Amino acid sequence: MNNSKLKIILNGLVTENPTFVLILGMCPTLATTSSAINGMSMGLATLFVLVGSNMAIALLKNVIPDKVRIPAYVVVIATFVSIVEMTMQAYLPALYESLGIFIPLIVVNCIVLGRAEAFAAKNTVFDSFLDGLGIGLGFTFALTLLGAIRELLGTGKTLGMIVFPEHYGMLIFVLAPGAFIALGYLIAAFNRLKKTN
Amino acid sequence: MKKLESNFKNMVLVLSSITLFAALALGSVYTLTKDPIAVSKMAKQQNAIKDVLPPFDHFDLKAIEVNDGVEILKVYKAYDKRNVFVGAAVESSSNNGFSGKISLMVGFDKAGAIVNYSVLEQKETPGLGAKMLNWFKTNNKNQSILGKNPATANLSVSKDGGEIDAITAATISSRAFLFAVRNAYAAYCQNSDNQRCDSIKVK
Repeated sequence: MNNSKLKIILNGLVTENPTFVLILGMCPTLATTSSAINGMSMGLATLFVLVGSNMAIALLKNVIPDKVRIPAYVVVIATFVSIVEMTMQAYLPALYESLGIFIPLIVVNCIVLGRAEAFAAKNTVFDSFLDGLGIGLGFTFALTLLGAIRELLGTGKTLGMIVFPEHYGMLIFVLAPGAFIALGYLIAAFNRLKKTN
Repeated sequence: MKKLESNFKNMVLVLSSITLFAALALGSVYTLTKDPIAVSKMAKQQNAIKDVLPPFDHFDLKAIEVNDGVEILKVYKAYDKRNVFVGAAVESSSNNGFSGKISLMVGFDKAGAIVNYSVLEQKETPGLGAKMLNWFKTNNKNQSILGKNPATANLSVSKDGGEIDAITAATISSRAFLFAVRNAYAAYCQNSDNQRCDSIKVK
């Protein structure tokens, strides 16, 4: 793989990380990261939708007239989301229940539509695939990290394994305010690291 | 290839064909996943019934539906090998949870004592109300409802004069939970062979 292709992936993971740099898709980020597993699953579901919709849109970019491009993109995205939703409900029912309403809401996740408009509509199918992969992995990484921190501080567990007794946990990290606090510190740390490198 | 012009014909044509393809894709995924979805829902309910019943041989797959005026409760009666009634599992729910509906499967033995329960659906706050999954099974002070008979024990939170300790900092969730349990008992009473079953007042 040559350098420019690798750059597209790294762009999504680091330079334009959707959560830590672009601060997009905050609704699922804050709501589904009460545990590492939930965060990771939400990230992977979004990753699948991103890769699928990016490729489909890159493929169709020349046949879609400009004036109807947004409705066309939304239809493509919604199709992929519904596929993910039904598949999860069939084969991972427990996970489907814990993510709840946030799976269908991937349709309106601005990361997905944003990448369709900003990248897939102007680039080749393969590049769009890489971009979807990079941004998706960046989102998954951010959500998993946030979920792991909240789970550890809030309930004393890591991936469901007990690290310290639950009653020493700070309940606030399981609730919404803790999500904001943890995310704020993560964004600060991420940007500090990015600056030094 | 040049981009298609945005005239009326192109727009209608392209958008229609995209939606058509989307519909085809969704239709086929739906057909593929329909059965596994039904199976997993069914399995969840059956497991809940099996978990909450006292030792039994078989139970009625078809529920007796009880309409208490607000919602429909489902009673699954269980029998032993000689077809003698051993207890029932009741699916009950309450809309008064802190974040909406709570639905439970509660198992009673033939005397009306609670054997076990299983939470089928809840959206309570994680770390607070969501503790109901195990709280009312834990044998600690007056937390547990297992083994208690709603005919003789007052199953409401101690704040309301009952004998059950509410989940710390989640009284609303606890109230809704116990309300659903009492409703389940009322539905059980209407459908059990238990003669001593006093109808309790549902508060």
